[in-house]
Amino acid sequence: MQIQGRAWKFGDDVDTDLIIPGHYLTTHDPAELAKHCMEGADPTFAGKVQKGDVIVAGDNFGCGSSREHAPLALKGCGVAAVIAGSFARIFFRNAINIGLLVYECPEAYQNTNPGDVIAIDPERGVIKNVTTGAEFKAATYPPLVAGIIQAGGLVPYVRAKLGASSAAE
Amino acid sequence: MAMTITEKILAKHAGTESVRPGEIVQVRPDWLMTNDISGPIAVDVFKSMGAKRVFDPERIFILLDHFTPNKDMNAAKVGGKVRRFAQEQNITHFYDAGYGIEHVVLPESGLIRPGDVVIGGDSHTVTYGGLGAFSTGVGSTDLAGAMALGEIWLKVPETIRFEYVGQPGPWIGGKDFILAAIGRVGVSGALYCAMEFGGEAVRSMAIDDRLTMCNMAIEAGGKSGIVEPDEATIEWLRAVGADMDEAAAEAALALRSDEGCTYRSVITIDAGKMEPQVAAPHLPSNVKPVSELRDVAIDQVIIGSCTNGRIGDLRTAAKVLKGRRVNKWVRTLVIPGSQKVFKQALKEGLIDVFVDAGAIVTCPTCGPCFGGHTGALDAGERCVSTTNRNFVGRMGHETSEVYLAGPAVAAASAVAGRIAHPEEV
Repeated sequence: MQIQGRAWKFGDDVDTDLIIPGHYLTTHDPAELAKHCMEGADPTFAGKVQKGDVIVAGDNFGCGSSREHAPLALKGCGVAAVIAGSFARIFFRNAINIGLLVYECPEAYQNTNPGDVIAIDPERGVIKNVTTGAEFKAATYPPLVAGIIQAGGLVPYVRAKLGASSAAE
Repeated sequence: MAMTITEKILAKHAGTESVRPGEIVQVRPDWLMTNDISGPIAVDVFKSMGAKRVFDPERIFILLDHFTPNKDMNAAKVGGKVRRFAQEQNITHFYDAGYGIEHVVLPESGLIRPGDVVIGGDSHTVTYGGLGAFSTGVGSTDLAGAMALGEIWLKVPETIRFEYVGQPGPWIGGKDFILAAIGRVGVSGALYCAMEFGGEAVRSMAIDDRLTMCNMAIEAGGKSGIVEPDEATIEWLRAVGADMDEAAAEAALALRSDEGCTYRSVITIDAGKMEPQVAAPHLPSNVKPVSELRDVAIDQVIIGSCTNGRIGDLRTAAKVLKGRRVNKWVRTLVIPGSQKVFKQALKEGLIDVFVDAGAIVTCPTCGPCFGGHTGALDAGERCVSTTNRNFVGRMGHETSEVYLAGPAVAAASAVAGRIAHPEEV
C-alpha cells in the first residue's frame, strides 16, 4: 500500500488541545471530531484537508493529554500519516493502536514545505518528497510495535491474544 | 546490577530479576484507571476486542470527573456508557460524581502503595509517583487491552534524576519545584524518561507537594515521575488507612535507587534561591520567577485540579486569603479535589475563608482545567491557575491566556488583580 498526499506543515510541540480542544470530547465519533481537527493551530485545516494528506511536524508532536480523540480526529479527516521529528509517547501509542501511521523522521520535517507532495512506502518506512525528489528513511519500530502495526492495530492484536488464551483453556 | 527505583518496580512486575532502559517488557499492573474521557472509547474498544469480562474487577478504578456532574446531554450520554459498563462488570472501585478528581481520589483511597504499577487512561496518572509507585498514562485502546488481558507492554525508561538542594523559602511548594524543573529541561526534555525527584529539599516537602511534582512530569514529556518513599510517605499512607504494617513499611523504605545505578543525567536545582515560579503562556516550560510577571493584569483565578486540589493546597490558599477580599474584577474559583478534601476544608474553616473572601467554591471536577466546562475564558482574558497546562485555547478562547502557578501565588493574584507574590498582599 502506497500513501501519497499533500503535506500540512506544523512546528514543534503540537499539543493535543490544538489537535482537538477539550470541550469537544463528549463525542468520539471520528467524523464529528474531524470538523474541529487542528482548530487551535489552523482553523482552515478541517475544511481544506483531503483524504490521503500527510501531517509533517517538528518535535514532540501530540504532547499533553492522553485523549485518543486526537489521532481519531486526524484519522477522521482523512490524514493518512503523521511524520514528525519526535512524538509524545502517549500520542505515539494511541496512533499505533488505532492504525494511524506515524513516522519519526526529523530530516523529512526539515526538508518539506507546506503543500509538497509526500509519498510513503509503509513497508520499508521510506518517505519521499515527490515535489523535491528527496528521500528519507524513518526510524524503525521495535519488533513488538511493528507486530501491532502489522496486525492492524491493538484491537486485532488483543483479539488474537484473547482467542489464543481461550483456545488454550 | 544496580538499578533505579523505576527499573526495580518494572522488573518485579515483569517477573524478572532486572531490566535495562530501552528494553520492552510485558508488565502486569496492580491497578488500572479510567474516567469519563478515556472510558467511553475504552468501553467500545473493549467490546470490539471480543473481551467479555475485565481481568479483575477489583483492580480497576473507574471515576467520572471531567464532565461530571454531567455538564450537558452529550456528557450524560458518554458518562452513561461508562456507568453501565462499571455496573455490568461489577467494578469494585467505581466512583461517580460525589467522590472527586481521579488523581486526588486514588492516593487518598489508601490502595496505591509504594512499588505498585498503575496504568491510567489519563496523562496525569503520573501523579502516584509521589507515593513511590510507577504510574503512567495511556490512551483508551491501551487501557481497553489492559482491562482485557491484565497486562501491557512498556518500554523501560531511562531515568533523569532531579536533585533539589538548599532550604526552600516559606511560600515555595511542590508546584514551584516542578515548574522549575520543566523550565529547565523544556516540554520535551524528559521525553520517554522517568523523572526521579530527590534531595533534601524534596524530603522536606509534604506528600501533597510530592504528588504535585510527579503530576506534572508529563509536562516535560516524562513517562513517569517518582520520589523514593520515606518515613513521611509511610506516615501519610497510614493516615489515609493504607494497609502498611511493619513489613510493608520496611519494604517501602528499601525501595530506593541503588548506589551506582545509571541515570541519563542528574540535574541539580537550587531550592534555596527559588522565587515562586509561574509558567507564562503557552507552554508549561515558559517559566519565570513571579517578580518578572508582576504587571500582568488578570480576569480569573482557579485554585484546584489534580495538580493542586489537595488539602495542603487549600490551606496555603486560605493562609493568603484569610481576612482579605479578592479583587472585584477577578472571578476566583476554588475547587476542592475531592469530597474528602472538601469536608476537611469545611472542618478547618477554610471554606468560610474562601467564601468570605468572595471566591466561588464548587464541587470537585476537572472542568476548567481542560476547558471542559465551568470558568471558560473569553477572548483575550487571562487566568492564573494552579492547573497543569497553559496551551493555546486550553481554558477557552484561543486568544485567552493561562498562567500556571502554585496556590500561594494564585491566591495572592486574586487579591491583587494581577500576578503577585504572596508577600505583596
